[in-house]
Amino acid sequence: MVKNIRSLIILIVAIAILPLIFKSDSFHNVLVLLLIFATLGEAWNIITGFAGQTSFGHAAFFGIGAYASSVLFYRFNISPWIGMFVGAIFAAGVAAIISYPCFRLKDSYFAIATLAVAEIIKQLFVSWDFVEGATGISLPIVDDSLWHMQFNSSKLPYLYLALGLFAIVIFICNFIENSKIGFYLKAIRESHEVAESIGINTTNYKTYAMVISAALSAFAGTLYAQYILYIDPFMLFTLDMSIKIVLLTVLGGIGNIYGPIIGAAILIPLSETTRIVLGGTGSGIDLMIFGVLVILVACFQPKGIIGLVQKIVNNIKKQKVGEGKVETNS
Amino acid sequence: MKPILNIDNITMKFGSLVANENVSFTIHDNEIVSLIGPNGAGKTTLFNCITGFYKPFSGKVTYMDKDITGWTSYDVCKLGITRTFQIVKTLKEMTVEENIMTGAFLHTKKRIESQKIAEEVMELTDLTRKKNIKGGSLTIVDKKRVEIARALATRPKILMLDECMAGLNQTEIKDVMNLCLKLKDSGLSLLIVEHIMEAIMPISDNIVVLNAGKKIAEGPPEEIVDNDEVIKAYLGDKYHAKSKKH
Amino acid sequence: MVLQIISNGILMGFIYALVAVGLTLTWGVMDITNFAHGEMLMVGMYTAFWMFELFSIDPLLSIPISTLVVFLLGVLLYKLVIKRVLGGSGLTALLATFGLSMFLKNLAQFLFSPNYRYINGAIVTDKKIVLGNVILGLPQVVAAVGSIIMTLIIIYFINKTKTGKAIQATALNRDTALLMGIDTDKIFAITFGVSGACVGAAGALMSSFFPIYPQSGGLYSIIAFVIVAMGGLGNIKGALYAGLIIGLTEALGGFFLGTQFKYALVFLIYLIVIQVRPKGLFGW
Repeated sequence: MVKNIRSLIILIVAIAILPLIFKSDSFHNVLVLLLIFATLGEAWNIITGFAGQTSFGHAAFFGIGAYASSVLFYRFNISPWIGMFVGAIFAAGVAAIISYPCFRLKDSYFAIATLAVAEIIKQLFVSWDFVEGATGISLPIVDDSLWHMQFNSSKLPYLYLALGLFAIVIFICNFIENSKIGFYLKAIRESHEVAESIGINTTNYKTYAMVISAALSAFAGTLYAQYILYIDPFMLFTLDMSIKIVLLTVLGGIGNIYGPIIGAAILIPLSETTRIVLGGTGSGIDLMIFGVLVILVACFQPKGIIGLVQKIVNNIKKQKVGEGKVETNS
Repeated sequence: MKPILNIDNITMKFGSLVANENVSFTIHDNEIVSLIGPNGAGKTTLFNCITGFYKPFSGKVTYMDKDITGWTSYDVCKLGITRTFQIVKTLKEMTVEENIMTGAFLHTKKRIESQKIAEEVMELTDLTRKKNIKGGSLTIVDKKRVEIARALATRPKILMLDECMAGLNQTEIKDVMNLCLKLKDSGLSLLIVEHIMEAIMPISDNIVVLNAGKKIAEGPPEEIVDNDEVIKAYLGDKYHAKSKKH
Repeated sequence: MVLQIISNGILMGFIYALVAVGLTLTWGVMDITNFAHGEMLMVGMYTAFWMFELFSIDPLLSIPISTLVVFLLGVLLYKLVIKRVLGGSGLTALLATFGLSMFLKNLAQFLFSPNYRYINGAIVTDKKIVLGNVILGLPQVVAAVGSIIMTLIIIYFINKTKTGKAIQATALNRDTALLMGIDTDKIFAITFGVSGACVGAAGALMSSFFPIYPQSGGLYSIIAFVIVAMGGLGNIKGALYAGLIIGLTEALGGFFLGTQFKYALVFLIYLIVIQVRPKGLFGW
């Protein structure tokens, strides 16, 4: 665990130094998005990677976080910092409410239920005038200020906010993984019956996981809204958004705390570059290539990039052991 | 000896199929009770009724004067009754140590304490050397060991083992028998479902025989081996008649 | 008026059912959540469109063509992609089908542009059937009837033919089926093909009254997911009934609550039904 914390700190420091070396705006932009999506992936990983309950509805919690802070700022001029926590509480509340009925369901039935919940929430936001319905909310532009979480002259403040959030979330995930709740969630993932037989109240623990996961996703939502400065239901609550979160975590390595950041580090720059280099024409060729890459990973590296890394590390270890044996024999 | 688990007139039905019919017996403190009977006699169903995986149709399960009929399985476990599964269910992606730690977390929040409990249990079940192997890559014998160890780590008062010796060789069966006796010495009560008579008879204090859902006999091992009903249930009427002629 | 709404709902329900039958096959038999199902439907629609544009073949007559085209597409996708992800976790398969969905959608956009296209002047276009107070659009009626026929063919195929029975056996237990001498690889390829055939036919049937564009399959695939789960994974009868329930819910909900809420109601109905039957209407 101590070793884990050390490597996590190294990772975060490394990411913190990167933008000081590479100073281009587009690089900073990619890094901000990457960190926000990695945070979302970490959050999703708790409920699906650890607890094994596939959620196709995490866009809902992300969207609730984005809307809560935006509406409070837009309507009442309340700081997004407060909105951030309001959003997290709302998302956690929604998660707690849907948990009981949804966790009676298993596997695909659960996954489709989360998708249904997200779609219902989307419809509500589309037809809710107070939050400007389908038109969406353009956040009023104000002078750069930390209190208003708006920085229009540089992307660096956003970048470090995103990094801070990511750091908090990955430490939370690391803590969960190595504590009682993490063990219990993994036991639930591996076998529901075993979990119950050794005294685990499965519904309660799944609900804890869902609530934590939802609150963390909402934090990412607020930051995203403050960064983009415009939100509408169709960009936040869609199935595509939920699947993007699933995609990057599975790509990096599901159930591993490094999975989401690795996945995001590949997926986000890739989609941004293909969009910039090949896109803009609306020809769709960028996303075509992207689709093919996703298929290739699924077919040839099903355990994600982290699986590939582990395989290589194991091979090197084996080779070393092998060499050792040869020496003792001679 | 004082009674700790009382099974009182348990009946379990699946539709029109009666799996258990008015089964009653008692487990006392510090005692090994074995549940035997031919395939389909309703042994595992009874296990499930006691541990809350099924809610019995009628009857009562009492643990130390507490009515626990229809409790959830996790509450039954928290109270001190832990079971293993006939078809081993190892937590595949977790190591042996992690498997056992998961059980050990029942009475502690601290990782270090659960690790300590796991170490003790691994020592007892001879798994220490294998602690870093993933559950999915173990041999069947070791999977059965992990199954028992994980249950033990919850520090039960009553341990319920469902056919934990099936498929093991003679030496391995001896190991499990010794383990059972060792656990009894340490103050546990055991309820064992088993087919292997040679293993069961020497270690049991009391044997309950089920046939077609009903209890047909109960008593110490030496009585059970001579019981007519039991021989009939196991060998059928024809053979029974032959054995009588001698 | 209500009768009119109910009739429209039922007609739409049969079409949804056909799309869902295709999805439930791959989901139930192969345990693959096919996110590219909607895109296969879109290929069916485009096939009908180009047959009409280039060769003036009416969508009704091009049903066999688009059925065959998407059947072959299904087999091809199985051979190239799905086969490789079958053994892995469900999420790997999801990753692959999602990649396929992206690829197909954007291939269509690249080849045919994102513009909406319509088939004007098909045999059924703008014709109506009047039954007392109820006016039914001929395209919808034909599509519903076509869907019923296609669904019946699939039911016959699964229950009566040797291949169909092999598919059922494989769905129950892949390993046992293999031991019994069933070529499961071939069975999976056929299952994926038949799943494609369903949406191929559905695509042609729908092409005469729905806009055709690269994203046109997306909505139907989400609805089909809900229908399949509601009916019980792998259950064709379940998909049929759930399809009708969803069709009716959508029509009635749109009428009484306003069109903006009709899909919310569809998803709500799923959540309610699944509470009563956690493994779907016909699940076990």
